[in-house]
Amino acid sequence: MRRIVMTLTVGVAALVAAAGAQAHAFLDHASPAVGSSVPTAPTVVTLWFTQDLEPAFSNVTVTNETGQRVDLGNTRIPPGSLAELQIGLKPLPPGTYLVSWRVVSVDTHPTEGTFTFEVGSG
Amino acid sequence: MSLTRLGAAAAAAVTLLSASSGALAHGMAGERFFPATILTDDPFVADEISLPQVSLQPPAPDASQLTNIEIDLSKRITPNTGIIIGDEWQRLRAPGVSSVGGLGPLRTGAQYQLFIDGPRQALGLLGLNVTWGHTGRAAVGAPDFTTLSPTFDFGKGFGDIPRSLTYLRPFAITGNLGFDFPTQATTAGVPNPNNFAYGFAFEYSFPYMECCVKDIGVRPPFSQLIPLVEVSFTTPISRAPANQTMGTIQPGIIWAGPYFQIGAEAIIPANRFTGHGYGGVVQLHFYLDDIFPRSIGRPVSEWW
Repeated sequence: MRRIVMTLTVGVAALVAAAGAQAHAFLDHASPAVGSSVPTAPTVVTLWFTQDLEPAFSNVTVTNETGQRVDLGNTRIPPGSLAELQIGLKPLPPGTYLVSWRVVSVDTHPTEGTFTFEVGSG
Repeated sequence: MSLTRLGAAAAAAVTLLSASSGALAHGMAGERFFPATILTDDPFVADEISLPQVSLQPPAPDASQLTNIEIDLSKRITPNTGIIIGDEWQRLRAPGVSSVGGLGPLRTGAQYQLFIDGPRQALGLLGLNVTWGHTGRAAVGAPDFTTLSPTFDFGKGFGDIPRSLTYLRPFAITGNLGFDFPTQATTAGVPNPNNFAYGFAFEYSFPYMECCVKDIGVRPPFSQLIPLVEVSFTTPISRAPANQTMGTIQPGIIWAGPYFQIGAEAIIPANRFTGHGYGGVVQLHFYLDDIFPRSIGRPVSEWW
């Protein structure tokens, strides 16, 4: 039994290494940073993920405290940077903003998340 | 758009449609990721395998001590149903006698994902687990009777509490409430009690802190850590005094990577009926849905 367990463990580990698999895309970091306060309004929100994304099914929105969209609706994945998601912003007055993202990694796993950042109090 | 990209987009579309039921596997409820816990049954159907889980149990009241090497496989049949199967090799050491080794009982289970509530980060699962008699070596404690264990497993993340409670939002809890019904009342004159079994895992998720609460500057691999405390208890409800509750308390930590997770916990007996001293457990746990996303990592119903 111990030999079987060891063989299976090594086998699966080798498959992990060899498969070149893509996993769920989780948020690695963002600009503005998750939960941060920034002194001046950003013009773009950029999200970096742990896996490459499927552009057709990856989206981000930014809303203000009343729930109104303050983004430009131009979600994009920069060429050559498939794990990055960007969206432009309208001029932002001081306040708290909610970033909501939903992405699909290239292996078709969907993930989602939200975070806030503040403008003008940093 | 190339054919490859078109194919990937089509596959993603199919996945999104199949995900409309909310069953995403991998312990996801909205933006909350629940790791597979060592002691507490997971409240989600999944394509995952623990390979291996190695534990040294605390010495029992009679001073015997058990070492386990365990394999557990979870497999989705449809997006909302799954099965589990597990077994273990055990070695029992007791004072004054030579140690004995052998297989423990075969364990199987059928699962139904009752609900996944993304906005509330909540999960619920109904399961029927079976520990099969005559499938392990009696000398290491494998039973000569089958036990049926209906269970309700749940999970709840606290990311939906007010955002002002910044450092409480990464908390989550998972739990099991169930019963054990042996199919044989006694073994060699000793009663096999019906039990109420319950357990909880209290987790603090640094991945959730970093993704959705506040970037506190922790980077991988430390941002992938989930400290937790698990507790599990079994209380007889018939054929034995109710005060013979047994249980363990297991503080530990899980590191969750893209394709696998590693967990380690101390095992502390909750009372004298359980044992004394302490033990430990480590687990290597693979996410088959991430390793084989287009084949065996998918529900069986999506293989064709």
